[in-house]
Amino acid sequence: MKVAMLGATSGMGRAIAQRLAARGESLFLLGAHEDLLAKSAADLKARHPQQRDCRYAQCDLEHPEQFAAALDAADRALHQFDCVIVTAGMFATQAALEADIELTRRLLTVNFANTIVFCEHVRKRLLARGGGRLVVFSSVAGDRGRKPVALYGPSKAGLATYLEAIDHKFHAEGLSVLCVKPGFVKTSMTAGLKVPPFAGEPGAVADQVIGAIDRRRAVVYAPPIWRLIMFIIRQLPRAIMRRIGI
Amino acid sequence: MPEPKQIEEPMLSGWGRLPVEGSEQISEDLEKITRGAVLTRGLGRSYGDSSLPASPNDSVACSRLANRILSFDEKTGVLRAEAGLSLADLLAVFMPRGWFPPVTPGTKFVTLGGMVASDVHGKNHHREGCFGAHVRSLRVRLADGSIVECSRADHSDLFYGTMGGMGLLGHILEVEFTMQPIPSSWIVMESERVANIDEFLSALSQSAPTWPMTMGWIDCLSSGRAMGRGILMAGRWAEPSEAPPAMPKAPHPHTMPVDLPNWAINGATTRLFNTAYYWRHLRRRAHTVLAPDPFFYPLDAILQWNRVYGSRGFTQYQCVLPREAGPEAVREFMARLTKLGGASPLCVIKDCGAEGRGTLSFPMEGTSIAVDMAVSPQIQRIVDNLNEFVIAAGGRIYLTKDRFTTAAHFRAMEPRLDAFQALREKWDPGRRLKSAQSVRIFGDRE
Ligand SMILES: Cc1cc2nc3c(=O)[nH]c(=O)nc-3n(C[C@H](O)[C@H](O)[C@H](O)COP(=O)(O)OP(=O)(O)OC[C@H]3O[C@@H](n4cnc5c(N)ncnc54)[C@H](O)[C@@H]3O)c2cc1C
Ligand SMILES: NC(=O)c1ccc[n+]([C@@H]2O[C@H](COP(=O)([O-])OP(=O)(O)OC[C@H]3O[C@@H](n4cnc5c(N)ncnc54)[C@H](OP(=O)(O)O)[C@@H]3O)[C@@H](O)[C@H]2O)c1
Repeated sequence: MKVAMLGATSGMGRAIAQRLAARGESLFLLGAHEDLLAKSAADLKARHPQQRDCRYAQCDLEHPEQFAAALDAADRALHQFDCVIVTAGMFATQAALEADIELTRRLLTVNFANTIVFCEHVRKRLLARGGGRLVVFSSVAGDRGRKPVALYGPSKAGLATYLEAIDHKFHAEGLSVLCVKPGFVKTSMTAGLKVPPFAGEPGAVADQVIGAIDRRRAVVYAPPIWRLIMFIIRQLPRAIMRRIGI
Repeated sequence: MPEPKQIEEPMLSGWGRLPVEGSEQISEDLEKITRGAVLTRGLGRSYGDSSLPASPNDSVACSRLANRILSFDEKTGVLRAEAGLSLADLLAVFMPRGWFPPVTPGTKFVTLGGMVASDVHGKNHHREGCFGAHVRSLRVRLADGSIVECSRADHSDLFYGTMGGMGLLGHILEVEFTMQPIPSSWIVMESERVANIDEFLSALSQSAPTWPMTMGWIDCLSSGRAMGRGILMAGRWAEPSEAPPAMPKAPHPHTMPVDLPNWAINGATTRLFNTAYYWRHLRRRAHTVLAPDPFFYPLDAILQWNRVYGSRGFTQYQCVLPREAGPEAVREFMARLTKLGGASPLCVIKDCGAEGRGTLSFPMEGTSIAVDMAVSPQIQRIVDNLNEFVIAAGGRIYLTKDRFTTAAHFRAMEPRLDAFQALREKWDPGRRLKSAQSVRIFGDRE
């Protein structure tokens, strides 16, 4: 595969990049911070000598005007990518978001509007070359309106709906979409939060996601137990959701 | 029903598990989280309070996720990486390629930053010195927020001060050091049952010239003529002709699932363990070829083994007694240790080579003794008592293991303290960088 990754500088994205690099896929890194991109590319080269020319370009989800140029750079380096993986995203606690309306606006813009705009650039390119893989991280937080994720959740729900829709619409044309819905995973994004039962590790999630890419799955919950947990939570009546804190 | 708290109760602790209130910032972006932080910590393998905040509101950065390898030169072995890279990670990448770090402590769950900040030593100290001796360059964020690169040539005072400086001169962001080529991925070990402390000291000094790696385990409950009996281990890398053809299997560590009750490690169980361990070594001398993990990191075979001491927590007392003080000093120290009680199965002896250049680096030419002790109401008295002996003998203790040494005792054993404080005055005049340990020992404001 020739893979462009947005968000491979940290967390689950980084774990996926390490595994893809180890199996010899060609990688190109996209992200908001040049210094972190440079270090991450150097790391992939040092750990995996076959990744001699892993390159990168700046692509900030808060700056949609950068998207086209960044994807051009990826296309040039990879001689046309056939897979794009988006792990980039923003998180803030419900308390922080409620206290800061500007933070809320930024998070909704990055996770929803701009991620979808980015995916639209990718979709057009992939369809023009006969199809390819688009892998995007939504969240279990989008599966049901819940108190602790009342603002973050909808940004991921909107994203998941978009991914489902383009899967329906363009699957026949060769676009294969994977929507990843992580539960709680121990990364710097969730550092400091109370760790719930069934928390996952980024490495295990990465293995699961790569398995799902290989098997051309459309949706994957990670760790898998979260599919069941969310199924149950979706069944809970509104009267109960109003009373409990989950 | 109240909403469940989204934020974790903030508590931090070192390996000895005596927690303090406080929380750490963790991110892949170490430059971001060290801005304004008063301390950086790695994997928290220091036993005492070196890596803990002085007050709950202090911001402590954790380097663990900043672990990128930035460059490696296959010709020279020079490696540059972020400070959060763990030895475990480094070994997994480079042992199969025939490289090993020049110095390793007794656990691989430490970061490069922690190895520099404690200027760690290993079984090869008598040959290779401390880790700092192999460091070429450090990228450091200073207390005022600026970032400098230091080495033997540039800002050498900062460079040597940071080695063994317990994070108090700056946040280490990147470390450049030289790896060593190894002839195989196996170790040749010779082990020998030793009858008492005098035999031990002479056995250590006899193996030093021929063996690049040596250390000993001591049964610190034995007394009388058998006092200081134990097992001496000497090792070297196996030549390809002696080594099994395959790479060693990756170890599968077990995890200590629960805290053992506080009484689990006591005089009787320790005596039982020590006697068994001593006599398990049936032949007086044995020759084995083994994997590096059981040789360098026997304790890593059980993750979270620190839970065997129960909820009361534990500490390690490690000191070095100078060669000039002679074998009598070591003998007397062992006698005191046995008499004071509180000792556990883990007691390790090692002869150190010459003192390194780190301003506060621990080892000096002489004998180092390290012993784990459960925390009890007597612990302060025991540590004070041992410290008084060490001061009289001209030795010193190892800060990265310490939780109970008093400021007065440290000053009395550390003639280099003024030089270190002068460095802090130069690089951090406002004393913004501090730890629970620096408040206790260096008298920093909380
Ligand atoms: C089982 C076991 C065996 C051991 N064996 C040995 C041994 O044989 N020889 C030996 O020398 N030591 C030994 N140690 C001690 C250990 O090597 C040191 O405590 C080491 O510093 C721990 O590294 P860490 O990454 O966990 O650092 P931490 O414990 O997190 O921190 C230790 C100190 O380093 C500072 N520090 C850490 N990272 C940075 C950074 N990036 N910038 C600035 N300061 C930093 C902290 O502020 C703190 O003062 C052993 C420890 C254990 C648990
Ligand atoms: N961890 C969980 O429990 C969890 C649960 C459900 C869903 N998720 C989702 O899973 C994905 C990966 O999360 P993670 O836990 O691996 O988090 P992470 O380690 O914090 O990674 C997030 C990534 O997003 C990037 N990013 C943030 N803002 C950006 C922007 N404006 N432009 C470009 N990149 C930006 C970050 O780049 P920089 O490093 O350059 O800032 C970082 O690489 C996210 O979409 C997250 O919402 C996580």
